[in-house]
Amino acid sequence: MTPLEITGSLGIVGYGLGAIGPGIGVGLIFASVIQGTARQPEARGAMMGTAWIGFAVTEALAIIGIALAFVFG
Amino acid sequence: MSGFLSGLVPLDTGGFEAPGVQSFDFPPFFASVPWFDKYMLQAIVSVIMAFWLIMARKNAMVPSKGQFIGETAYFFVRNTIARDMIGHDFRRYLPLLIALFSFVLINNLFGVFPLTLLPTPSHVGWPYGLAIMVWVIYNGVGIAKFGLFGYLKNTSLPAGVPVFMWPLIIPLEFVSNIIVRPITLSLRLFANMFAGHLLVLVFVLGGEYLLLHSESVVNKTAGVVALIFSMAIFGLEIFVQSLQAFIFTVLTAQYISSATAEEH
Repeated sequence: MTPLEITGSLGIVGYGLGAIGPGIGVGLIFASVIQGTARQPEARGAMMGTAWIGFAVTEALAIIGIALAFVFG
Repeated sequence: MSGFLSGLVPLDTGGFEAPGVQSFDFPPFFASVPWFDKYMLQAIVSVIMAFWLIMARKNAMVPSKGQFIGETAYFFVRNTIARDMIGHDFRRYLPLLIALFSFVLINNLFGVFPLTLLPTPSHVGWPYGLAIMVWVIYNGVGIAKFGLFGYLKNTSLPAGVPVFMWPLIIPLEFVSNIIVRPITLSLRLFANMFAGHLLVLVFVLGGEYLLLHSESVVNKTAGVVALIFSMAIFGLEIFVQSLQAFIFTVLTAQYISSATAEEH
Protein backbone atom coordinates (compact mmCIF):
# COMPACT_ATOMS: atom_id res chain seq x y z
CA MET A 1 0.00 0.00 0.00
CA THR A 2 1.36 3.38 -0.91
CA PRO A 3 1.55 5.76 2.04
CA LEU A 4 0.56 8.80 0.02
CA GLU A 5 -1.17 9.03 -3.28
CA ILE A 6 -1.34 12.20 -5.31
CA THR A 7 -3.45 12.45 -8.40
CA GLY A 8 -3.32 15.19 -10.97
CA SER A 9 -1.41 16.36 -13.95
CA LEU A 10 2.37 16.06 -14.07
CA GLY A 11 2.32 18.76 -16.73
CA ILE A 12 1.55 21.37 -14.09
CA VAL A 13 4.59 20.27 -12.04
CA GLY A 14 6.62 20.63 -15.22
CA TYR A 15 5.22 24.09 -15.72
CA GLY A 16 6.23 25.03 -12.20
CA LEU A 17 9.79 23.93 -12.94
CA GLY A 18 9.71 25.66 -16.30
CA ALA A 19 8.62 28.96 -14.74
CA ILE A 20 11.80 29.19 -12.63
CA GLY A 21 14.03 30.30 -15.49
CA PRO A 22 11.77 33.04 -16.89
CA GLY A 23 11.13 34.21 -13.33
CA ILE A 24 14.83 34.74 -12.75
CA GLY A 25 15.16 36.34 -16.18
CA VAL A 26 12.36 38.86 -15.66
CA GLY A 27 13.79 39.68 -12.25
CA LEU A 28 17.23 40.36 -13.74
CA ILE A 29 15.75 42.62 -16.43
CA PHE A 30 13.90 44.86 -14.04
CA ALA A 31 16.73 44.80 -11.52
CA SER A 32 18.94 46.24 -14.24
CA VAL A 33 16.32 48.85 -15.14
CA ILE A 34 16.03 49.96 -11.51
CA GLN A 35 19.80 50.19 -11.19
CA GLY A 36 20.09 52.08 -14.44
CA THR A 37 17.36 54.51 -13.42
CA ALA A 38 19.05 55.10 -10.10
CA ARG A 39 22.36 55.87 -11.78
CA GLN A 40 20.98 57.96 -14.64
CA PRO A 41 17.34 58.98 -14.15
CA GLU A 42 17.02 60.84 -17.47
CA ALA A 43 17.72 57.63 -19.44
CA ARG A 44 14.65 55.93 -17.98
CA GLY A 45 12.46 56.25 -21.10
CA ALA A 46 14.98 54.67 -23.41
CA MET A 47 15.62 51.86 -20.94
CA MET A 48 11.95 51.09 -20.38
CA GLY A 49 11.32 50.60 -24.11
CA THR A 50 14.04 47.99 -24.36
CA ALA A 51 13.06 46.48 -21.04
CA TRP A 52 9.48 45.81 -22.13
CA ILE A 53 10.67 44.00 -25.25
CA GLY A 54 13.12 41.97 -23.20
CA PHE A 55 10.39 41.28 -20.67
CA ALA A 56 8.03 40.01 -23.37
CA VAL A 57 10.66 37.79 -24.94
CA THR A 58 11.64 36.29 -21.58
CA GLU A 59 8.09 35.90 -20.39
CA ALA A 60 7.17 34.07 -23.59
CA LEU A 61 9.04 31.04 -22.22
CA ALA A 62 6.82 30.82 -19.17
CA ILE A 63 3.75 31.48 -21.27
CA ILE A 64 4.64 28.76 -23.78
CA GLY A 65 5.20 26.53 -20.77
CA ILE A 66 1.63 26.98 -19.54
CA ALA A 67 0.27 26.32 -23.02
CA LEU A 68 2.31 23.12 -23.28
CA ALA A 69 1.23 22.08 -19.79
CA PHE A 70 -2.32 22.07 -21.11
CA VAL A 71 -1.39 20.39 -24.37
CA PHE A 72 0.48 17.50 -22.73
CA GLY A 73 -1.37 17.50 -19.41
CA MET B 1 -30.68 28.14 -22.90
CA SER B 2 -30.96 27.39 -26.54
CA GLY B 3 -30.58 28.95 -29.91
CA PHE B 4 -28.58 32.15 -30.21
CA LEU B 5 -27.82 32.52 -26.49
CA SER B 6 -26.11 29.14 -26.20
CA GLY B 7 -23.27 30.47 -28.32
CA LEU B 8 -22.42 33.07 -25.69
CA VAL B 9 -21.61 30.78 -22.74
CA PRO B 10 -19.46 27.64 -22.53
CA LEU B 11 -21.17 24.28 -22.23
CA ASP B 12 -22.66 23.79 -18.75
CA THR B 13 -22.29 20.29 -17.38
CA GLY B 14 -23.44 20.90 -13.78
CA GLY B 15 -21.36 20.55 -10.58
CA PHE B 16 -17.99 22.18 -10.08
CA GLU B 17 -15.57 21.64 -12.86
CA ALA B 18 -12.16 23.26 -12.76
CA PRO B 19 -11.81 25.68 -15.69
CA GLY B 20 -9.61 24.30 -18.40
CA VAL B 21 -9.34 24.06 -22.14
CA GLN B 22 -13.04 23.21 -22.36
CA SER B 23 -13.93 26.68 -21.01
CA PHE B 24 -12.88 28.06 -24.38
CA ASP B 25 -15.23 25.88 -26.44
CA PHE B 26 -18.01 28.06 -27.71
CA PRO B 27 -20.52 26.40 -30.01
CA PRO B 28 -21.38 28.31 -33.19
CA PHE B 29 -24.50 30.48 -33.08
CA PHE B 30 -26.16 28.66 -35.94
CA ALA B 31 -25.38 25.01 -36.61
CA SER B 32 -25.41 25.64 -40.34
CA VAL B 33 -22.64 28.30 -40.13
CA PRO B 34 -19.81 26.58 -38.19
CA TRP B 35 -17.29 29.45 -38.48
CA PHE B 36 -19.60 32.06 -36.93
CA ASP B 37 -18.95 31.75 -33.19
CA LYS B 38 -18.39 34.23 -30.37
CA TYR B 39 -14.78 34.88 -31.35
CA MET B 40 -15.79 35.73 -34.91
CA LEU B 41 -18.60 37.98 -33.66
CA GLN B 42 -16.17 39.90 -31.42
CA ALA B 43 -13.63 40.32 -34.18
CA ILE B 44 -16.31 41.62 -36.56
CA VAL B 45 -17.62 44.02 -33.90
CA SER B 46 -14.10 45.29 -33.23
CA VAL B 47 -13.70 46.12 -36.92
CA ILE B 48 -17.09 47.76 -37.52
CA MET B 49 -16.71 49.99 -34.46
CA ALA B 50 -14.78 52.12 -36.97
CA PHE B 51 -13.16 54.15 -34.20
CA TRP B 52 -10.62 55.83 -36.46
CA LEU B 53 -13.20 56.82 -39.09
CA ILE B 54 -15.51 58.45 -36.53
CA MET B 55 -12.58 60.06 -34.75
CA ALA B 56 -11.11 61.56 -37.91
CA ARG B 57 -14.36 62.82 -39.44
CA LYS B 58 -14.67 65.99 -37.43
CA ASN B 59 -11.13 67.27 -37.10
CA ALA B 60 -10.83 70.67 -35.52
CA MET B 61 -8.14 72.98 -34.22
CA VAL B 62 -9.58 72.65 -30.74
CA PRO B 63 -9.99 68.90 -30.39
CA SER B 64 -13.02 67.27 -28.86
CA LYS B 65 -12.56 64.47 -26.34
CA GLY B 66 -12.80 61.78 -29.00
CA GLN B 67 -10.28 63.49 -31.20
CA PHE B 68 -7.94 63.94 -28.25
CA ILE B 69 -8.04 60.22 -27.43
CA GLY B 70 -7.55 59.29 -31.06
CA GLU B 71 -4.65 61.66 -31.55
CA THR B 72 -2.96 60.47 -28.38
CA ALA B 73 -3.23 56.85 -29.54
CA TYR B 74 -2.07 57.80 -33.02
CA PHE B 75 0.96 59.71 -31.79
CA PHE B 76 1.80 56.92 -29.38
CA VAL B 77 1.97 54.37 -32.18
CA ARG B 78 3.60 56.81 -34.57
CA ASN B 79 6.35 58.15 -32.31
CA THR B 80 7.00 55.45 -29.72
CA ILE B 81 6.59 52.40 -31.90
CA ALA B 82 7.00 53.22 -35.57
CA ARG B 83 9.57 56.02 -35.53
CA ASP B 84 11.74 54.62 -32.77
CA MET B 85 11.78 51.10 -34.20
CA ILE B 86 11.79 51.46 -37.98
CA GLY B 87 13.61 54.76 -38.38
CA HIS B 88 13.35 57.26 -41.18
CA ASP B 89 11.24 55.17 -43.56
CA PHE B 90 8.47 54.49 -41.06
CA ARG B 91 5.57 56.24 -42.82
CA ARG B 92 4.94 53.35 -45.22
CA TYR B 93 4.29 50.95 -42.36
CA LEU B 94 2.32 53.30 -40.14
CA PRO B 95 -1.18 52.24 -41.35
CA LEU B 96 -0.33 48.59 -40.77
CA LEU B 97 1.02 49.23 -37.29
CA ILE B 98 -1.93 51.37 -36.25
CA ALA B 99 -4.44 48.85 -37.58
CA LEU B 100 -2.62 46.00 -35.81
CA PHE B 101 -2.34 47.90 -32.55
CA SER B 102 -5.98 48.95 -32.39
CA PHE B 103 -7.28 45.56 -33.54
CA VAL B 104 -5.23 43.61 -31.01
CA LEU B 105 -5.90 46.11 -28.22
CA ILE B 106 -9.67 46.15 -28.68
CA ASN B 107 -9.88 42.39 -29.02
CA ASN B 108 -7.72 41.92 -25.92
CA LEU B 109 -9.82 44.36 -23.93
CA PHE B 110 -12.91 42.33 -24.79
CA GLY B 111 -11.58 40.07 -22.04
CA VAL B 112 -12.60 42.60 -19.38
CA PHE B 113 -15.52 44.25 -21.17
CA PRO B 114 -18.60 43.14 -19.20
CA LEU B 115 -20.74 42.16 -22.18
CA THR B 116 -18.16 39.86 -23.76
CA LEU B 117 -15.66 38.75 -21.06
CA LEU B 118 -13.63 36.76 -23.52
CA PRO B 119 -10.43 37.96 -25.18
CA THR B 120 -10.61 37.02 -28.86
CA PRO B 121 -6.92 35.98 -29.10
CA SER B 122 -7.50 33.34 -26.41
CA HIS B 123 -8.49 31.11 -29.31
CA VAL B 124 -5.21 30.21 -30.96
CA GLY B 125 -6.49 30.63 -34.51
CA TRP B 126 -6.65 34.42 -34.23
CA PRO B 127 -3.01 35.02 -33.24
CA TYR B 128 -1.97 32.47 -35.87
CA GLY B 129 -3.76 34.52 -38.52
CA LEU B 130 -2.20 37.78 -37.34
CA ALA B 131 1.27 36.25 -37.12
CA ILE B 132 1.02 34.73 -40.61
CA MET B 133 0.08 38.16 -41.94
CA VAL B 134 3.02 39.80 -40.18
CA TRP B 135 5.35 37.02 -41.40
CA VAL B 136 4.30 37.51 -45.01
CA ILE B 137 4.69 41.28 -44.72
CA TYR B 138 8.13 41.42 -43.15
CA ASN B 139 9.54 38.78 -45.46
CA GLY B 140 7.82 40.48 -48.37
CA VAL B 141 9.31 43.91 -47.75
CA GLY B 142 12.73 42.33 -47.23
CA ILE B 143 12.54 40.41 -50.50
CA ALA B 144 11.19 43.45 -52.32
CA LYS B 145 14.14 45.50 -51.13
CA PHE B 146 17.07 43.09 -51.50
CA GLY B 147 15.79 40.34 -53.81
CA LEU B 148 15.29 36.77 -52.61
CA PHE B 149 18.93 35.76 -52.20
CA GLY B 150 20.05 39.11 -50.92
CA TYR B 151 17.34 38.99 -48.27
CA LEU B 152 18.19 35.42 -47.25
CA LYS B 153 21.84 36.41 -46.94
CA ASN B 154 20.94 39.47 -44.90
CA THR B 155 18.72 37.64 -42.46
CA SER B 156 20.78 34.52 -41.95
CA LEU B 157 24.28 36.03 -41.92
CA PRO B 158 24.99 39.02 -39.68
CA ALA B 159 27.79 41.22 -40.91
CA GLY B 160 31.26 40.61 -39.58
CA VAL B 161 30.98 36.93 -38.67
CA PRO B 162 34.27 35.08 -39.34
CA VAL B 163 34.13 32.32 -41.97
CA PHE B 164 34.70 29.37 -39.61
CA MET B 165 31.57 30.35 -37.67
CA TRP B 166 29.31 30.31 -40.74
CA PRO B 167 28.14 26.67 -40.43
CA LEU B 168 26.97 27.43 -36.91
CA ILE B 169 25.55 30.92 -37.38
CA ILE B 170 23.68 30.51 -40.68
CA PRO B 171 21.25 27.73 -39.63
CA LEU B 172 20.80 29.33 -36.22
CA GLU B 173 19.92 32.75 -37.60
CA PHE B 174 17.73 31.28 -40.33
CA VAL B 175 15.68 29.21 -37.87
CA SER B 176 15.45 32.08 -35.41
CA ASN B 177 14.46 34.75 -37.94
CA ILE B 178 12.24 32.85 -40.35
CA ILE B 179 10.70 29.97 -38.39
CA VAL B 180 10.68 30.79 -34.68
CA ARG B 181 9.60 34.45 -34.98
CA PRO B 182 6.02 33.89 -36.20
CA ILE B 183 5.55 31.02 -33.75
CA THR B 184 6.62 32.99 -30.70
CA LEU B 185 4.74 36.08 -31.91
CA SER B 186 1.45 34.19 -32.08
CA LEU B 187 2.00 31.97 -29.04
CA ARG B 188 2.95 34.94 -26.85
CA LEU B 189 -0.30 36.73 -27.58
CA PHE B 190 -2.39 33.57 -27.41
CA ALA B 191 -0.93 32.18 -24.23
CA ASN B 192 -1.06 35.50 -22.38
CA MET B 193 -4.74 35.88 -23.16
CA PHE B 194 -5.42 32.19 -22.50
CA ALA B 195 -3.64 32.12 -19.16
CA GLY B 196 -5.14 35.45 -18.10
CA HIS B 197 -8.67 34.38 -18.89
CA LEU B 198 -8.07 31.08 -17.13
CA LEU B 199 -6.85 32.94 -14.04
CA VAL B 200 -10.01 35.04 -14.00
CA LEU B 201 -12.12 31.90 -14.42
CA VAL B 202 -10.40 30.14 -11.54
CA PHE B 203 -11.09 33.01 -9.16
CA VAL B 204 -14.62 33.80 -10.31
CA LEU B 205 -15.94 30.27 -10.80
CA GLY B 206 -14.16 28.92 -7.73
CA GLY B 207 -15.36 31.85 -5.62
CA GLU B 208 -18.91 31.46 -6.85
CA TYR B 209 -18.90 27.73 -6.12
CA LEU B 210 -17.43 28.17 -2.65
CA LEU B 211 -19.88 30.93 -1.80
CA LEU B 212 -23.12 29.46 -3.13
CA HIS B 213 -22.69 25.70 -3.27
CA SER B 214 -20.72 24.79 -0.13
CA GLU B 215 -21.87 24.41 3.46
CA SER B 216 -19.13 25.49 5.85
CA VAL B 217 -18.64 29.14 6.85
CA VAL B 218 -14.90 28.96 6.18
CA ASN B 219 -15.56 28.00 2.56
CA LYS B 220 -18.09 30.78 2.11
CA THR B 221 -15.63 33.33 3.50
CA ALA B 222 -12.94 32.05 1.17
CA GLY B 223 -15.40 32.40 -1.71
CA VAL B 224 -16.11 36.05 -0.86
CA VAL B 225 -12.39 36.79 -0.61
CA ALA B 226 -11.79 35.09 -3.95
CA LEU B 227 -14.55 37.09 -5.62
CA ILE B 228 -13.19 40.38 -4.25
CA PHE B 229 -9.67 39.44 -5.26
CA SER B 230 -10.87 38.65 -8.78
CA MET B 231 -11.33 42.42 -9.24
CA ALA B 232 -7.58 42.83 -8.69
CA ILE B 233 -7.02 40.09 -11.24
CA PHE B 234 -9.16 42.05 -13.70
CA GLY B 235 -6.94 45.07 -13.10
CA LEU B 236 -3.87 42.95 -13.79
CA GLU B 237 -5.54 41.67 -16.93
CA ILE B 238 -6.15 45.20 -18.26
CA PHE B 239 -2.44 45.88 -17.81
CA VAL B 240 -1.38 42.61 -19.46
CA GLN B 241 -3.78 43.07 -22.37
CA SER B 242 -2.58 46.59 -23.13
CA LEU B 243 1.02 45.46 -22.76
CA GLN B 244 0.55 42.55 -25.14
CA ALA B 245 -1.05 44.77 -27.79
CA PHE B 246 1.95 47.09 -27.43
CA ILE B 247 4.44 44.21 -27.58
CA PHE B 248 2.79 42.69 -30.63
CA THR B 249 3.05 45.98 -32.52
CA VAL B 250 6.58 46.70 -31.33
CA LEU B 251 7.79 43.28 -32.42
CA THR B 252 6.11 43.69 -35.81
CA ALA B 253 7.92 46.99 -36.26
CA GLN B 254 11.14 45.40 -35.05
CA TYR B 255 10.85 42.55 -37.56
CA ILE B 256 10.12 44.94 -40.42
CA SER B 257 13.04 47.11 -39.36
CA SER B 258 15.46 44.17 -39.21
CA ALA B 259 14.24 42.86 -42.56
CA THR B 260 14.88 46.17 -44.29
CA ALA B 261 18.01 47.21 -42.41
CA GLU B 262 21.05 48.09 -44.49
CA GLU B 263 24.36 46.48 -43.67
CA HIS B 264 26.65 48.70 -41.71
